Amino acid sequence: MTTARHLHLAVALDGAGWHPAAWREPTARPEELLTARYWADLVATAESGLLDFVTFEDALALQSTDLNRHDDRVDQVRGRLDAVLIASRVAPLTHHIGLVPTATTTHTEPFHVSKAIATLDFVSEGRAGWRAQLSKPLENPHFGRRRVLPLPEPGPDGLPSPDEIADAFAEAEDFVTVVRRLWDSWEDDAEIRDAATERFVDRDKLHYVDFVGRWFSVRGPSIVPRPPQGQPLVTALGHASVPYRFGARSADVVHVTPRDADHARAVVGEIRAAQQAAGRGEETVHVFGDLVVLLGATQAAAEDRRARLDGLAGAEFTSDAPIVTGTAAQLADRLLELREAGLTGFRLRPAALPDDLDAVVRDLVPELRRRDAFRAAYEADTLRGLLGLGRPANRYAAARS
Amino acid sequence: MSTPAKPRKQVILGAYVGGVNHHTIWSDPAAGSQIAFSTFRHVATTAERGRFDFFFLAEGLALRERQGRIFDQDIVGRPDTLPVLAALAAVTEHLGLVGTLNATFNEPYELARQLASLDHLSGGRAGWNVVTSFDAFTGRNFRRGGFLAREQRYERAGEFLAAARQLWDSWPADAIAADRDGGAFLRHPDAGSFAFSGEQFDIQGRFTTPRGPQGHPVILQAGVSPQGRDFAAAGADAIFSPYRTLAEAQPFYRDIQARATRLGRPPGSVKVLPSASFVLGDTEAEAVERHRDIARRQVTGQTAQILLESVWNRDLSGYDPDGPLPDIDPDPAGPRVIQGRAVLHQDPFATVAEWRELAAARGYSLRDLAIHVFGRTEFVGTPAQVADRIDAFVQQDGSDGFILGSHLVPSGLDEFVDTVVPLLQERGSLRAEYEGHTLRDNLGIPTPAAHTPVAGGPAQIWLSPPST
Repeated sequence: MTTARHLHLAVALDGAGWHPAAWREPTARPEELLTARYWADLVATAESGLLDFVTFEDALALQSTDLNRHDDRVDQVRGRLDAVLIASRVAPLTHHIGLVPTATTTHTEPFHVSKAIATLDFVSEGRAGWRAQLSKPLENPHFGRRRVLPLPEPGPDGLPSPDEIADAFAEAEDFVTVVRRLWDSWEDDAEIRDAATERFVDRDKLHYVDFVGRWFSVRGPSIVPRPPQGQPLVTALGHASVPYRFGARSADVVHVTPRDADHARAVVGEIRAAQQAAGRGEETVHVFGDLVVLLGATQAAAEDRRARLDGLAGAEFTSDAPIVTGTAAQLADRLLELREAGLTGFRLRPAALPDDLDAVVRDLVPELRRRDAFRAAYEADTLRGLLGLGRPANRYAAARS
Repeated sequence: MSTPAKPRKQVILGAYVGGVNHHTIWSDPAAGSQIAFSTFRHVATTAERGRFDFFFLAEGLALRERQGRIFDQDIVGRPDTLPVLAALAAVTEHLGLVGTLNATFNEPYELARQLASLDHLSGGRAGWNVVTSFDAFTGRNFRRGGFLAREQRYERAGEFLAAARQLWDSWPADAIAADRDGGAFLRHPDAGSFAFSGEQFDIQGRFTTPRGPQGHPVILQAGVSPQGRDFAAAGADAIFSPYRTLAEAQPFYRDIQARATRLGRPPGSVKVLPSASFVLGDTEAEAVERHRDIARRQVTGQTAQILLESVWNRDLSGYDPDGPLPDIDPDPAGPRVIQGRAVLHQDPFATVAEWRELAAARGYSLRDLAIHVFGRTEFVGTPAQVADRIDAFVQQDGSDGFILGSHLVPSGLDEFVDTVVPLLQERGSLRAEYEGHTLRDNLGIPTPAAHTPVAGGPAQIWLSPPST
């Protein structure tokens, strides 16, 4: 049973781990990153630790250390599989853990993303989520059609201008709105199979979503019936006010990267205010801290690992998220301290796979359990259930009755 | 004069889950869910038990409408193709996983990486049935709307496939070194580089997904116009065939082989695969009786009216299904009565005239005619008769095999696998065990060499909407 004292734990899976030299660890499996077995093993490990969910990173461009151009490096992992399909591939092999692939919102179709995540919810029987992610500039040349959009000039530093950023997030918000409406475009009891009247569905319970916006219009309904969770989980990662607002308005879980407890308190406050302003004050919106974790049996062992990996990479490891280098007990201290600041869960990014994932499951989870801060058994069958989110009423059914 | 015996051909078998059409009898007490994963798992694992070559999933990107309202009589709703195929890869080992995916409402970069991903995640079992549609009705669900002019559908599909093939070829097969000691993950700093420029696409950059086990997924195509045939002959591995009798099927089969040969492809490069169904019985009489009952449950009076509306383009609900054919002319210029289903491209006046003659000659009612003309290839008989007919059709070059569906989802395929498959195996026309690992291995088609330019380039192509 999860209690209010329990925190939620997710793990972010990507390649061989988040440290650029992780693939060179003796336990790494760099030649297997494109195989189903690799991903199935990682997710099985996470499930054995009773974690809430795993995320799968993705982008419509090759990995690069530079946001605006390909870095042509050969010393880091390059190449990826589609995250929605990895999640679908492991779904029948797992039973409790949530599966949250990344899918981008800039060049993709809301109709396709909606039906893909709904279908992931069917094949996982209620464990699907979606991390909504904006595209990086590097992706634009892969989709020539976006030339038709009038984009403001980038600022003098080559980074997108504030207007451009605001537009990109406004489009992402429209995107999530359409995806969510499509999930509701079938009422739960729309399929009636009424032989007497020869009707398979009650078409009064299928709804046109009729979204008209600045970037696209979508008619609906979805081709996929309402998924088992009603609304699969939506998550978003943010580091600043505009994305916080996007998360507060659109997501069920907002991933943030606070430096310390005070920063976490401020970020949570900002998200709660935006949530209120969006009229979502009554809804549960989780704010999860993102942390890169590099664990060892002792602090010195962890630091040695980090130094060794940094040596192989030829540079000190940096990240947009805080990096915790230490023991599982130290990590547990840090998580509980951040929980006091208002975070309700964490997405841990293993520096190296499988080592740091193994350490989370083998050392951190029991440590948290000793402190009565983590579940001892899965208490729900759906991802929303694990996160204490109810199954939402269908907006169209509510409007009709 | 004696000719040397032709080697026995292996019958290619695909299995599909009956979906959004009148063939599936959803009202049958044994009918299961059309959306639960257990349904797809059942059909796929049954097909693999029967040593089928592949599982097939169709696609439709808008719910069908009749007179502006959602069509409610047939199955409505289906899953997204690719996530189901990826999930099925987890519960099967050898079965090919083929899906219809639309070249109009997708982009090459995204779809090519999804197909390459499916190929990796299934160990080389991905296949793609390429279709295009140009209808504004479907376009209302997408960013660009109904952007494609009818005459550009050839250009779009041809360029799409050419771009996808360039993307699949953009990673050398040996690109990943994963050399821990030397520190090189990649062998080539420019792995994935591509640039494609055409009328439909102008894209360049780096592709994200290294070359899959099959190099390129297996390409299937539907559509029998001259352009469609040329496209299949130039670049597809298989083509769907709509022909139901050997007399119609053999000339089509020969024509496809001849076109492929002219383009320098070896004999047998393009497999010809009609879709078909089956009705089995302990005796032939029992099977025939069962078939008659199934056909009348598939085509109810209302369904018959609606099927004919797709040609008349008029509201026919006032006509008695058990009476004669409507005495009015079709109205092809009027607003579409039925939206979102495959359009018949024949001249409706000629079609109606032909149907009137047929109905007069055979004494068909409106419903009888609909049953006849909207039926599909059916093998009706005892298991031994059905095995004989399937094998004969293939050995006599009517096709290379069949894509089989049942009126009953998901359990309808079970009795075929239990009773017909062993007979096909006994006569050496169907494998007893899988010999390879990939869909290409199943079909006996070679893996393309890396960096091989595609024969024919962007082909002119006519692809009909998916057979839903």
